[in-house]
Amino acid sequence: MGVMPWSAARAAELIEQYRSQAGPCLPILHALQEEFGHVPSEAVPMVAEALNLSRAEVHGVVSFYHEFRRTPPGRHVLKLCRAEACQSVGTDRLAAEVKAHFGIGFHETTADGKLTLEPVFCLGNCACGPAAMLDDRVLGRVDLKKIEQHLARHVAEERKA
Amino acid sequence: MTRIFVPIDSTALSLDAEEVAEALAQGLQRKGAQAEIVRNGSRGLFWLEPLVEVETPAGRVGYGPVTPADVPGLLAANFLEGGEHPLRLGLVEEIPYLKRQQRLTFARCGIVDPLSLSDYEAHGGYRGLAKALTLEPAAIVEAVTVSGLRGRGGAGFPTGIKWKTVLGAASDQKYIVCNADEGDSGTFADRLLLEGDPFVLIEGMTIAGVAVGATQGFVYIRSEYPHSFRTFKQAVQIARDEGKLGRRILGSPHDFDIEVRLGAGAYICGEETSLLESLEGKRGVIRFKPPLPALQGLFGKPTVVNNLITLATVPFILSEGAETYRDFGMGRSRGTLPVQLAGNVKYGGLVELAFGVTLDTLINDFGGGTRSGRPLRAVQIGGPLGAYLPVSLLGLPMDYEALAAKRGMLGHGGMVLFDDSVDMARQARFAMEFCALESCGKCTPCRIGSTRGVEVLDRIIAGRDPDKQTALLRDLCEVMTDGSLCALGGLTPLPVLSALEHFPEDFKRPVPAAAE
Repeated sequence: MGVMPWSAARAAELIEQYRSQAGPCLPILHALQEEFGHVPSEAVPMVAEALNLSRAEVHGVVSFYHEFRRTPPGRHVLKLCRAEACQSVGTDRLAAEVKAHFGIGFHETTADGKLTLEPVFCLGNCACGPAAMLDDRVLGRVDLKKIEQHLARHVAEERKA
Repeated sequence: MTRIFVPIDSTALSLDAEEVAEALAQGLQRKGAQAEIVRNGSRGLFWLEPLVEVETPAGRVGYGPVTPADVPGLLAANFLEGGEHPLRLGLVEEIPYLKRQQRLTFARCGIVDPLSLSDYEAHGGYRGLAKALTLEPAAIVEAVTVSGLRGRGGAGFPTGIKWKTVLGAASDQKYIVCNADEGDSGTFADRLLLEGDPFVLIEGMTIAGVAVGATQGFVYIRSEYPHSFRTFKQAVQIARDEGKLGRRILGSPHDFDIEVRLGAGAYICGEETSLLESLEGKRGVIRFKPPLPALQGLFGKPTVVNNLITLATVPFILSEGAETYRDFGMGRSRGTLPVQLAGNVKYGGLVELAFGVTLDTLINDFGGGTRSGRPLRAVQIGGPLGAYLPVSLLGLPMDYEALAAKRGMLGHGGMVLFDDSVDMARQARFAMEFCALESCGKCTPCRIGSTRGVEVLDRIIAGRDPDKQTALLRDLCEVMTDGSLCALGGLTPLPVLSALEHFPEDFKRPVPAAAE
């Protein structure tokens, strides 16, 4: 996950890299989020100027899409599927357990900055629910124990790195 | 050298396929055994994933579901020669779930290495494009029309007619846009192809480009599928490097290239006009039609917007003939439908069969009923905007018109099973909540109606004035159906009203003994 500190120079580089594409706004926002973990508010006027848009228009795009974050996430992000196929195998109960266990609600980060919890509507793993995605890894038939095991592994890899 | 297949599909990976592949590589090295590990896509028999296959003189022998801990035992049981083991499934092609299917669009899925062009061509790939390049554009469009292919995204509009409109439009630039924003819960067919047979989509889009005179294609993949996005981007690069995309494809006078774009988590962008807005870099707010995207689509140019499965079906139609495809199916639903069995299902996965197979066959014969073992109570077909059907309607065939007659919807062919623990009033509430969350906000019935719908259902669930509130709910649904600009607001009443119609007992809550 991108966790680089804000750098206007780096943001300008990323914007330049994608601005010649047709319809470059989403690719630019994705690149910024990949680099900085979120779309920093400082970047919005830069994108607006590069694409000849108003700041309000760029802000409107950032806020429209669920994927774009305006604040940095925790070091790991857990997305729990809330859609019907996972509901039919108990994702609502699992969500309650996960919230209680980590002491956070959806769109919140643990106090130690380790984990952000987000809802997601379908990961395409609908025959092996409940489904979750920890960072970039999809998990099937998950329960709290499996989530804890994978999180421990991700944290260990993070230390090694 | 013996070839071993370990799927690299998201579902297999979610069940530790990567760890299985690593354990196998280490085990083989320790044994000094010579074998090549191929990372194939998934065949879509998900209860068997990770499904490891070994190529033997008799055919591919399967073992599954394999965990990393099973690997030493498999090696000891001589599985490289197809040896006996409790996880041995025999020849994979003979597994009844697979053998009984009619795989046209998914013929290669799970068999080939998804990123091997030579594998793709060895299994019939690029024969459709080669055929298309011998035809006049109008003849390609005619073949698609004759095949009876209809859009697999939901509305079921005839593909040939859409293409004909774009072919007939005069413009300096035309586009092919692939809608791979597979947002419906219970569907994963697009994802299986992106990860298991990406070249079939590239070929299908190229044929579409040649047919209508478009030189540029865009594939819009949802951000919830990062693995699909990476795989498909690699496939596009490989195709470009090998001269299958770019200038003068296959030595013909045609140019065609593809750009892969990532969505950003908005369900509404599966609607074709908001997808176009999103590709242009704007909020995914729907456009009023007309003008049709076929005439004024991406950047105002004539555009074919097709679902991924629709485009991926085209190579078969060209290579095997429109009539061959048309001969599958029933009524006005021609060819095959990749059904996705999901939710509380014992044997979940992909079943591709000719239209006309009954829900009962799919759910009970293929799916084996519920995973929980409890009685089946409801099945939702066609995603979050599809109807909930009761067990008494399982005799219905999979067919656009037959389902519509029962106020159902085929959508993208996803079926989500629920056992008897489901609360249908809560499912109806969720449909409204989902619409409220995902509405683009352009039209009032969808934006505000869905929020009011959640409130009305909350009162019903709380047992407050159920008769009066139910009448209000019906009225609200009528406004949303008739007044919404697009299918999100217009179809949300479908799951709500079907729950009310088929499961009325869940909406008659006992009045709480004491208020507050």
